[in-house]
Amino acid sequence: MNINRRHLMILLPAAAVAWKHVLAGTPEDSPNYQMSEHWWGMLIDIPKCIGCGNCVRACQTENDVPDGFFRTWVEQYHRSDYHLETPEVISPDGGKEGFPVVKEGEEGKFFFVPKMCNHCTDSPCTQVCPVGATFITPDGVVLIDPKYCLGCGYCVQACPYGCRYIHPEKKVADKCTLCYHRITKGLTTACCEACPTGARQLADLKNPNDPIHEFLKTHTVQVLKPQMATGAKAFYNGLDGSVR
Amino acid sequence: MSGVEGYMYPNEVTLYWSVLIVLYPFITGLVAGAFILASLERVFRVEAVKPTYRLALLTALAFLLVAPLPLILHLGHPFRSPEMYFTPHSTSAMAMFGYVYMWYLMAVLVFEIWLDYRREIVLWSQQSKGLMRTIYKIMALGSSNIGERSLHIDDKVGWIVTLIGIPSAFLLHGYVGFIFGSLKANPWWSSPLMPVVFIFSAMVSGIAAVMLLYMAVTKLRKQAIDMRCVDTIAMYMFYIFIIDFSLEMLDLVHRVYEADESFRTLNFMVHTKLYFSQIVLQIFVGTLVPLILLFITQMVKLPEIARKRIYVLSGSLILISVFAMRWNVVIGGQLFSKSFIGYTTYKMALVTREGLLVAIGLTILPLFFLWALVKLLPPWPDKDLHEAAAGD
Repeated sequence: MNINRRHLMILLPAAAVAWKHVLAGTPEDSPNYQMSEHWWGMLIDIPKCIGCGNCVRACQTENDVPDGFFRTWVEQYHRSDYHLETPEVISPDGGKEGFPVVKEGEEGKFFFVPKMCNHCTDSPCTQVCPVGATFITPDGVVLIDPKYCLGCGYCVQACPYGCRYIHPEKKVADKCTLCYHRITKGLTTACCEACPTGARQLADLKNPNDPIHEFLKTHTVQVLKPQMATGAKAFYNGLDGSVR
Repeated sequence: MSGVEGYMYPNEVTLYWSVLIVLYPFITGLVAGAFILASLERVFRVEAVKPTYRLALLTALAFLLVAPLPLILHLGHPFRSPEMYFTPHSTSAMAMFGYVYMWYLMAVLVFEIWLDYRREIVLWSQQSKGLMRTIYKIMALGSSNIGERSLHIDDKVGWIVTLIGIPSAFLLHGYVGFIFGSLKANPWWSSPLMPVVFIFSAMVSGIAAVMLLYMAVTKLRKQAIDMRCVDTIAMYMFYIFIIDFSLEMLDLVHRVYEADESFRTLNFMVHTKLYFSQIVLQIFVGTLVPLILLFITQMVKLPEIARKRIYVLSGSLILISVFAMRWNVVIGGQLFSKSFIGYTTYKMALVTREGLLVAIGLTILPLFFLWALVKLLPPWPDKDLHEAAAGD
């Protein structure tokens, strides 16, 4: 193969980028993706959620989630005269197939709350992992190394939001990865893509052009269980105080 | 969903910490308690409990050898467990288990037992025959000097090791309590009192176990039970149990009075799913009954036979109570939803890796280890050996 000066000018910078990753020990999937330029979170717009379950199905298909376990699920809240102070909550099969149709005349307020890993900045699950198999990436995603996880379940106990489970076949902890394999390639998450109303939006808190910046400035948003001080990054718009 | 009342987050329906994780604090508690009893004689010079000193050390060792098994068997990937030693995560309470365990096993317990038995080991290595001679020779680690000065040094070093061993025993079991008490996500566990309660309940259970073992072994050997010894043990057991019960009640009263957002859920759970194991078994049968019985023995001069029966009954009930306490902590902490509006049910399997049969096996296993240890290192004076030593 003849390499002329023109080829060399192209190859050298590419080799320099590749060498950086060789030194770091892990080749990066997407050469153009810079971890340090992102800080990922999720915006969940409760008034927009219609409880269709598309997100749950998309997540299960994309991530091969075992039956009976959930990386994301949807809860339906029903505040009626009978359940005035504490709404009734259901999530049949994680809301995967949607929810029972509300009968005509059934009184009260219904709303849906999608749940997922909050990718906390100070995540209790990362803190307690005895071998560091659970970690937070430089771009703010809490991940699990399945080749390293002991399957002790301490992280499952430490998560205040019930987002983790022990995979019944792999025998390791499992949870939402914020579709890391997709977002590092410039795509959005499977659940966001499948949502027909835009109730879920991937948010890059480091990107000033991301709509999340404007949204957070102009809306009243809340995180789940703020008293836990986990630095949760799943931001909920229109969150009812009864939601736990 | 079967076994679920109200609403559980869907991933919470399955309990991830089974009966094996109940056994883990129960067994480590027996270790810590047995060691504290041994230290009563060694450090605090409570001469009356001397007949149980060596048996307490061997009991602690037998149970300590089994202590990591429930943890390892419970892991999804047991063969990855050495990673906790090689690449521990510094912020994880659980990551320290390996180090605390090895420190306690090797630096405290094995070393103290070796120092205490060294004279006998040397003599046995000279007097026994065949395989046993080889085993004792290996155990002597090349030492053969059993002169007065040398034994005096053994005694001094042993005293220092026991002194270090007391905070180590507290560390071992306080740390187990910390694993639970430090989880802010779970209001049933999250309490700074948890390590302290674990330590005191451990002391009570370990002392009860050694007392029962001493009485059983003495009976099997057709020897007379040293009543001064068991009376003293029962007295310590009674007072430590009062502290333990007071701490647990303080925790309970604090929860009831503070009544934070989890209170209704936990209160409901205690009155339903945990009613038998907590109210009936742990508090009434396992705590109040032995406390009253032991109180009577402290107040009234009862005949020897009555005292013996009371001690056996109280000791057994205390062991049941402490096991129930561990059960209520570990299993109870997973029966309610962190949404605070639902409850699940624990279905114990029978023959799986984390099932009932394995749990029973792991409870009995330390007794086999103890039997082997007692055969190898008899905790009572060896008359033949004394005669031989005197003839030296």
